[in-house]
Amino acid sequence: MKEELFVSGRNIPNIDPYLNIWHWEIPVYLFLGGLAAGIMFFAGLFLVLGKEKEMPTTVKWAPFLVPVALVLGLFALFLDLKHQLYFWRLYTTIRMESPMSWGAWTLMIITPLSFLWAASYIKEAIPSWKWPMSILDKMEKLIIQYRKPMAWAMMVLAVILGVYTGILLSAFNARPLWNTSILGPLFLVSGLSTGLAAIIWMSKSHYERTILSKIDITLIGVELFLIIHLLMGFLAATEVQIEAANLFLGGSFTVTFWVFVIILGLIVPAILEILELVGYKIPLWIPSLLILIGGFMFRLIMVEAGQITRYLY
Amino acid sequence: MRYAMAIDTKKCVGCGDCVVACQTENNVPIGYCRDWIVENVAGSYPNVEVELRSERCNHCDNSPCVRCCPTGASHIVEGGIVKVTHDECIGCGACIQSCPYDARYSHPEGYVDKCTFCDHRLAKGQTTACVAVCPTSCLYFGDLEDPNSDVSKALKNRSWKVLAPEAGTKPQLYFLT
Ligand code: SF4
Ligand code: SF4
Repeated sequence: MKEELFVSGRNIPNIDPYLNIWHWEIPVYLFLGGLAAGIMFFAGLFLVLGKEKEMPTTVKWAPFLVPVALVLGLFALFLDLKHQLYFWRLYTTIRMESPMSWGAWTLMIITPLSFLWAASYIKEAIPSWKWPMSILDKMEKLIIQYRKPMAWAMMVLAVILGVYTGILLSAFNARPLWNTSILGPLFLVSGLSTGLAAIIWMSKSHYERTILSKIDITLIGVELFLIIHLLMGFLAATEVQIEAANLFLGGSFTVTFWVFVIILGLIVPAILEILELVGYKIPLWIPSLLILIGGFMFRLIMVEAGQITRYLY
Repeated sequence: MRYAMAIDTKKCVGCGDCVVACQTENNVPIGYCRDWIVENVAGSYPNVEVELRSERCNHCDNSPCVRCCPTGASHIVEGGIVKVTHDECIGCGACIQSCPYDARYSHPEGYVDKCTFCDHRLAKGQTTACVAVCPTSCLYFGDLEDPNSDVSKALKNRSWKVLAPEAGTKPQLYFLT
């Protein structure tokens, strides 16, 4: 038998027993980013497809959530910073090698865009709405005219934002649980699915909900496939990654991961959505809520568990 | 110039003087440290081996902490020393996550702090505080490109290893075995 014992003589109460520098703020940031990306993507998509009339919640109403989500997300990122007075330093340079940097810049571009999109529909949402200045009226006409190019830009930026929420973690070679390129697509798909869940929750049109539910069920299938892939990839990799996978396969995160993320966050809502499609009466806010909670739990668990995994030496 | 350090794991007794010297020299707040001792016991009784290592930032040649920093606060100076400019650091923690050696910590004032290879002492022609104080002289510091430096000489006649080379960071602490 070979025993290996690490006795750390560090005696650093603020660093040992293991590093834990990111708490709830980063998962909230990742969750809201993914949610916003999901809503924007489908708003852009269905506008480009010319479905503005049939899918009003997707194109017009749900995007009002996006600026709120993005601002709250940025605020969560701000809360995570330990040297907050220097926040502006993020925006005095662009560093392509740093996901944190280009993510912050993506948000800088996408947030105003989401405000413009919402502004272009505000008169339809609140008919009595009046802009305080006439120049704003002119601007509104202009952005309404350019909705199509905006929709394309939103789709592209939404994919970048969605993938970024995964790459922010996967770029860290030092944390074996994060260091897999599947995390980008996985977080994107999960973000799209949470976005859809929010839209379905808000939508009152049966036609719209049916289309969105079908897309959502497909996305959940893809997500499950990617998660299985993730775990299989770990189990076939190096010792540190096998240990990372074992956190979910018998280790300390097993119950939370399988119960909240896989079963309650993916499988149960998918079954409920399918049942609804074949005609059972199921209030769709239930699967939507489950998906949203599952999406948040997934990010929380990934961030927490990732910080435990490390190189052994 | 390429600064590096060699640590003789056979000579180190784990007294922790290097840790205290660093804390004093660099005003490290209580509860934190820039270098530390790892006591690694491997094997099963009665064939047990103990390895004592004085660890700190590896001043990696391929440093992920510098690459992932969104503001450029983490940067490399002359001799390959990896440093953090305090008033450029936003405390996002990315560099802490990126380091396979957990060599960085979040200073109570908000910025991230770590070993500097005592570059303020090097500028005065002195060696680092930990090397200066080590009672068994098991730490060797110097320029790898200079064959007459302490570190080059220490590495010439001994076998050595680096920690977690598979992380790909090209660490510059050499542990003599
Ligand atoms: S040991 Fe860590 S902090 Fe030091 S240079 Fe390497 S990656 Fe950066
Ligand atoms: S915590 Fe500071 S030094 Fe580290 S990556 Fe963030 S800004 Fe750079």
